[in-house]
Amino acid sequence: MKKLLVANRGEIALRIIRAAEELGIPTVAVYSDADEQARHVSVATEAVHIGPAPAAQSYLNTDAILLAAKRSKADSLHPGYGFLSENADFARRCEAEGICFVGPSPSAISLMGDKAAARDTAAAAGIPIVPGTLNGIESPSDAEEAANQIGFPLLIKAAAGGGGRGIRIVNTMGELAGQVVAAQTEARASFGDDTVYLERFIAGARHVEVQVFGDGHQTVHLFERECSLQRRRQKLIEEALAPNLLPDVRSGLTAAAVTLSDAVDYEGAGTVEFLFDPATNEFFFIEMNTRIQVEHPVTEFICGLDLVREQLRQAQGLPLSFSQSDVQPRGASIEMRINAEDPANNFMPSPGTITDFELPLGPGVRISTPVKAGSQVSPFYDSLIAKIIVWDVDRMAALSRARRAMRELHIKGVKTTAGLISALLSTDEVKTGRYDTGFVERWLGAQEKGSDQ
Amino acid sequence: MAYEIKSPIPGIFYRKPSPDSDPYVEVGSKVETSTVICLIEVMKTFHEVKAGAPGTIASIEADDEEMVDAGQVIATLETDDNGN
Repeated sequence: MKKLLVANRGEIALRIIRAAEELGIPTVAVYSDADEQARHVSVATEAVHIGPAPAAQSYLNTDAILLAAKRSKADSLHPGYGFLSENADFARRCEAEGICFVGPSPSAISLMGDKAAARDTAAAAGIPIVPGTLNGIESPSDAEEAANQIGFPLLIKAAAGGGGRGIRIVNTMGELAGQVVAAQTEARASFGDDTVYLERFIAGARHVEVQVFGDGHQTVHLFERECSLQRRRQKLIEEALAPNLLPDVRSGLTAAAVTLSDAVDYEGAGTVEFLFDPATNEFFFIEMNTRIQVEHPVTEFICGLDLVREQLRQAQGLPLSFSQSDVQPRGASIEMRINAEDPANNFMPSPGTITDFELPLGPGVRISTPVKAGSQVSPFYDSLIAKIIVWDVDRMAALSRARRAMRELHIKGVKTTAGLISALLSTDEVKTGRYDTGFVERWLGAQEKGSDQ
Repeated sequence: MAYEIKSPIPGIFYRKPSPDSDPYVEVGSKVETSTVICLIEVMKTFHEVKAGAPGTIASIEADDEEMVDAGQVIATLETDDNGN
């Protein structure tokens, strides 16, 4: 690896540039009109302008990015998360142009990117999947027949959807036919593919995901992350390890993740997501993300590893630097996502100029942010402005440190989710680790009711 | 009387719900208070802007996929006079 182009922006671009620099690899940042002053541009070895502010014309513009790679003589490319990170065609084009794509093979990306195909693969490997139609359903009458087996409530999901988009809850048989047609129409308009499938809706479920790393021959798991603190399926706080998980459930989950990764000869960093039913201790495969994730630092903290460095090592053809027995989780880690959104106004995005920006410091605190006082938060990209990650010897200590860190954080100029995150950290549910994916929305609803009275 | 429809947030102005769809409204379209006239995309989320009053679209003041500011007039409306 002679030179690495980082095809992303924001905190993840910085994260990758730093990892490359530590390995002595020169970096090329790419930037849109809106990011001329961005930090990832100034810290990279060199930078190439790739287009106007809208992502479709810059960070998603494959021609412009590949041209930037050629002109700067980059021989490898890290896609980060979002944007082109799970675009198999782009990974194939990189390969064809002789540029090493830091990630799994295009075939693994496309197989896992198709929800129905991923479920088929998991089921064939003997991994439990949520009861539902394995493949797309054609008509409302097919759906009704399948629903008799699955039961209600159930979910209609778009095969090409993701990140919580393209999902509907159906409570009764009476609503089903109409909702199927509406979901197909929406899927066609949003994703260009009207394939939808049905799945049982598990009340009280938790979202637990397993970090894996494969080298094409063997897969090592790096234990799990608990990601149930979410609103509209957008994660707010993540932690590792998952609280209140029985040891045999943990070993079942991690073994299932390894089995699936091995089944697709997985190379690189990936995440296998599961729904976990705390009432029955059952877990079910949902999907696999074939990229580095936003919340990877909590895993790095408890395992004492650098996942991005490992990605770059692997892309150079080096074997994994750790074996399964080397991975011993220690302590507890929590990540808090600070978004430029206004919780008091239905989480309306809040772009603008950051006037004050004071970050927490001290033992066990790690910050990943692309901004500082005076930075513009652009309306063109996602609202994540900082990740605050803490580690401590156990979960109670980590929670206490997280609350301390949040008290030190002061941001002015844009509205943020910081106050909401602090409040969540003090709830009994979070303190005891007894929360499910519906908790944040129920809690927000109760807060709203309380303030009306 | 004339009524200005303003963008509540900064972002990208879209006249259509998706690239292949017809525009929400054209000049001359009859609208109700709750009729959606455009989308504003900000930070990867889409927000519908409603007419805010019943009437007829008199002009559209922004180009499709143009960046607009909070408070910028994006369309004008000739409001219905009945009820005054």
